[in-house]
Amino acid sequence: MDNRRKKIVIQSVLLLSIASLFAFFAINAQINMSNRGLQFGYDFLGREASFDIQFSLIEYSRSSSYFRAYLVGLINTVLVAFFGIVFATILGVTVGIARLSKNYLINKFASAYIELFRNLPLLLQIFFWYYAALRLLPLPQDSEALFFNFYLTIKAFYTPALIWENLHIFIYFLIISIVLIFFLRRYAKNIQEKEGRQIPVFLISLILLLFIPFLSFLIGGTNVDIELPVLKKLSKTTYIFEGGLAIPPEFIALLAALSLYTATFIAECVRAGIMGVGKGQKEAASSLGLNTQQILKLVVMPQALRIIIPPTTNQYLNLTKNSSLASAIAYPDLALVFTGTALMQTGKAIEIVSMVMFTYLALSIFTSILMNWYNKKMAIKEK
Amino acid sequence: MIKNLRLPKPSKNNLKVCLPFGFILIAFSILDVFINSFFEINLTSAFAPISTILPLFLGFFGFYLIRIEYAGIKHLDLLNKNINTNNFNAFLTLIIIFTILKVLPEFLSWFIFDANISGNSSDACTGSGACWTYIKVWLRRFIYGMYPNAEQWRINIAFISFLLLGLLGIFSNEKTKKFLILYYSLVYPILAFLIIYFLISGGVFGLEWIQTNSWGGLSLTFIVSFFSLIFCFPLGMLLALGRRSNLPAVRYVSIGFIEFWRGVPLITVLFMASVIFPMFLPSGVSIDTLVRAIVAIALFEAAYVAEVIRGGLQALSRGQYDAAKSLGMSYWKLHYLVILPQALKIVIPGIANTFLALVKDTPLIFVVGLLELIGMTNMAKTNPKWLGFAMESYIFAGLVFFIICYGMSKYSQYLERKISTER
Repeated sequence: MDNRRKKIVIQSVLLLSIASLFAFFAINAQINMSNRGLQFGYDFLGREASFDIQFSLIEYSRSSSYFRAYLVGLINTVLVAFFGIVFATILGVTVGIARLSKNYLINKFASAYIELFRNLPLLLQIFFWYYAALRLLPLPQDSEALFFNFYLTIKAFYTPALIWENLHIFIYFLIISIVLIFFLRRYAKNIQEKEGRQIPVFLISLILLLFIPFLSFLIGGTNVDIELPVLKKLSKTTYIFEGGLAIPPEFIALLAALSLYTATFIAECVRAGIMGVGKGQKEAASSLGLNTQQILKLVVMPQALRIIIPPTTNQYLNLTKNSSLASAIAYPDLALVFTGTALMQTGKAIEIVSMVMFTYLALSIFTSILMNWYNKKMAIKEK
Repeated sequence: MIKNLRLPKPSKNNLKVCLPFGFILIAFSILDVFINSFFEINLTSAFAPISTILPLFLGFFGFYLIRIEYAGIKHLDLLNKNINTNNFNAFLTLIIIFTILKVLPEFLSWFIFDANISGNSSDACTGSGACWTYIKVWLRRFIYGMYPNAEQWRINIAFISFLLLGLLGIFSNEKTKKFLILYYSLVYPILAFLIIYFLISGGVFGLEWIQTNSWGGLSLTFIVSFFSLIFCFPLGMLLALGRRSNLPAVRYVSIGFIEFWRGVPLITVLFMASVIFPMFLPSGVSIDTLVRAIVAIALFEAAYVAEVIRGGLQALSRGQYDAAKSLGMSYWKLHYLVILPQALKIVIPGIANTFLALVKDTPLIFVVGLLELIGMTNMAKTNPKWLGFAMESYIFAGLVFFIICYGMSKYSQYLERKISTER
């Protein structure tokens, strides 16, 4: 009885002290805000933002609302995080495998890369790419095409743009093909388990993936035009590219730094995962007569993935959170647009910072739920 | 006819032909790239259209010729095993060698041969190489920030005394060992704080008062990481224990705290510390920016430390708890004497990684207006007298951080090895 009472006392003291701390903060905040004539509330979101954002995927102008500006920032964050995750994964897996290579030079090269890039602060890397490395690029008039019509200049990276007609129909067709592939795989698995027959799943899915979206051009009325960037003279000495797609240097610098930095951690996860699969597994598989490719695909990778996924998820989350460093180089992500410009204009510190924090929190929780689900799917099903 | 044209497979039988020929090809291809990049003479200019990829072909063929299984020559077998196991590996080997040869001369000439270090202004930098004069002139600022030149001895003395106080633990014997934890977790931080407060801040004993916003540079990096480390470790330990507690209120509070801090970026936490936190205090009360930044970083990293320690706690078997409880130990005694020593041993690499992340995160205090090393270099390069030295700035800052972080990671690996042999 005495023990139980002790437990209750400890817990109520803890909860009470936390509650009183919050109450203390809330009361002070209220007093401070009324002293400065501020009102708590999110009604500012509907007001006109009246500031410019350099880079936006959705339509945005000075007369758009603060909520619109929030969306622009959020989309820019998701954009850089998405591409960062894709590049970091590709690079990380490659380097992780290179780290296990028997080739001495490749092995050392990979580990030198890992040691160098993970021991430098990310902020420094972002600064380096933005202020030092990308500033060495040529001016638009001096630049030569990398290949075809891709120009890497100090102003931006210019690529040909695709101009779609009836894009939504193309996307519907793409979704149809992906759904078909999904069913095909289930069907093939069924057949193999029942009859032992193998269907060339990969080939058929490739054909489906290419052919069905192509159909949309024939019968769906989809059309695509390519717009090339063209050099244009503005004044005597200033030239600029017009047309095409201009990827700003802020985006490139941030993407390069984030993916190069995160790839080092992913490489270590991949290495640990592959090394974590016992040698006996490979030997058992090869004694069953599987070839090297089959061993990798059917025996090693499924087991290695189970070790690789949880830490890699953490790295994806870190990358997303680290993308907030964008505000150091003026890439208009959520942190810069909202906690920077919008906060300066409205002075609604508590509302804005809490909104941004909860957005990141929601992104994190969403990703970890997704990855936990995938992880559960990959886990060993013990019979 | 086709059969006759096939390349002979290099083997032990035709070793005498293949080996010299192969080595000559490899040597020639490497020599070609070497001379091309160091002396700008193109040996293979006769084959102009393919001269850039010719060495690659020659070297590749050479590697093919010397790939002889079980040749019986020790060095050749070693070479083949390490860099020449198959065509793909040989190709990658060549690419790496050529890349190094191509990049090295440019890098060396920029970094050393064409670089300047003499003089005291940017006029001294005339060459095409790096301008180390810039680093030399700004070095004081990079280390001490805006701290007045005449008072910098105070920072030096403070850091030396930190170091000496930190090394005191080495002299402990069996008798004083039990006080070591108390010393490092309580006495040392308090002493360090007092030294900072009285010596670096000043304002007493006739020392001039120097505000925290004129502190900066590398010394600020050290101060911020040191205090954040000291605060985040005990807090993280408590949170880890709290998350495994069987009191629901304690558990949920810990989970909420940990997940909240782990879910938000540090930069927003610092924003909160700089713009929101002052609003939470009664009017008239204000807390120094540096203290706010340190507390914010410590709270943030404590959540990560807690997760690492929790991993260690989970790795211990239940038997440890049961055995300790059956001896009649209380909750705190059980953790202090049995569980934590074992759990902490397991998680040393994880904790070292978290600390490393903390040191790498300190530059973010630019958000609250404090400039440590990277912030300082970033500011120096915008000085109108010293424009255009961004590369030197970042390479210098990078070198310093690399030495610190690489040293820390190597030390943690050493510690891990040392402890694993003890078990």
